[in-house]
Amino acid sequence: MSSSVLLFFTTFLASAVEAVEALTIVLAVGTVRGWRSTLYGVAAATVVLAGIVAALGPALSAIPISTLRLVVGALLLSFGLQWLRKAVLRAGGYKPLHDEAAAFASGRAEAGSAAASRGRVDWYSFTVAFKGVLLEGLEVAFIVIGFGSGQSRLGLAAGAAAAAVVVVVAVGVVVHGPLERVPENTLKYVVGVLLTSFGVFWAGEGAGVDWPGSDLAILAIAAYVALVALGLTRSLRRRRERPRLVEAKA
Amino acid sequence: MRYVVAFVRFWWNFIVGDDWRVAAGLLVALALTWILAHHGLAAWWPLPLGAGLLLVGSVADEARKSGRA
Repeated sequence: MSSSVLLFFTTFLASAVEAVEALTIVLAVGTVRGWRSTLYGVAAATVVLAGIVAALGPALSAIPISTLRLVVGALLLSFGLQWLRKAVLRAGGYKPLHDEAAAFASGRAEAGSAAASRGRVDWYSFTVAFKGVLLEGLEVAFIVIGFGSGQSRLGLAAGAAAAAVVVVVAVGVVVHGPLERVPENTLKYVVGVLLTSFGVFWAGEGAGVDWPGSDLAILAIAAYVALVALGLTRSLRRRRERPRLVEAKA
Repeated sequence: MRYVVAFVRFWWNFIVGDDWRVAAGLLVALALTWILAHHGLAAWWPLPLGAGLLLVGSVADEARKSGRA
């Protein structure tokens, strides 16, 4: 039960973060160059992503569960540490925060300066929307497949991802602009912790580990990963503050 | 050839990311876990320990580099 809730929560958050970034790209192109070709691009990318999940998800169920968990766990661990690494560096002030307003402005500028299309389909809008949604969605597709097949809950994981996309798009329609107030880095931080924790747990199980406390070990691992990440963030912030304090004293 | 290189580069960036040493370290931790588990020894510790150390090492290295820039 608790692992199902965590699965839903992790997939929902990961999908929401990527959907916010994809929405910014789609809005930037759609508002400048028109919606028809942009939405064709979104639809085509969505079909490709759904096809990847529908084809790979059931195919993976033919692989023995321990091998599957080893591979999926290793992949989630790699994704999780990448997300967490970036989130910690951003929270510590060593990497600029992702700015949706700036991304929207630069997307609009690029879309405005590209040559106009003569046919019925504006290939610029189609391609930019297609690439944006596909690239942002690919990681989510792998997370959905990984979580879904690792716990035999592909439907739940896909449902969580779809729910996140619906929520983000609905909010985007209401706000009528990029979702710049979404605390993206905090979400990435949380998703990074959860992906890393599930990755450690499943890769360990796949390699033959008998976790103390069985499934509850995931919570202990998540607490440990969060503590390491928070400690690291705190130490980065202190390190960044130190030169300023020395200057202030001088 | 250009497309093959771009394809391989995309998947490398997608799976390995910015710091290849993290991916390499994970493989070592995974191999150690497997060896310990298949010799009947306590095998729960290399992955959490490895993940923590690799995160600290990779972040500290990147912070040092950007501090110098």
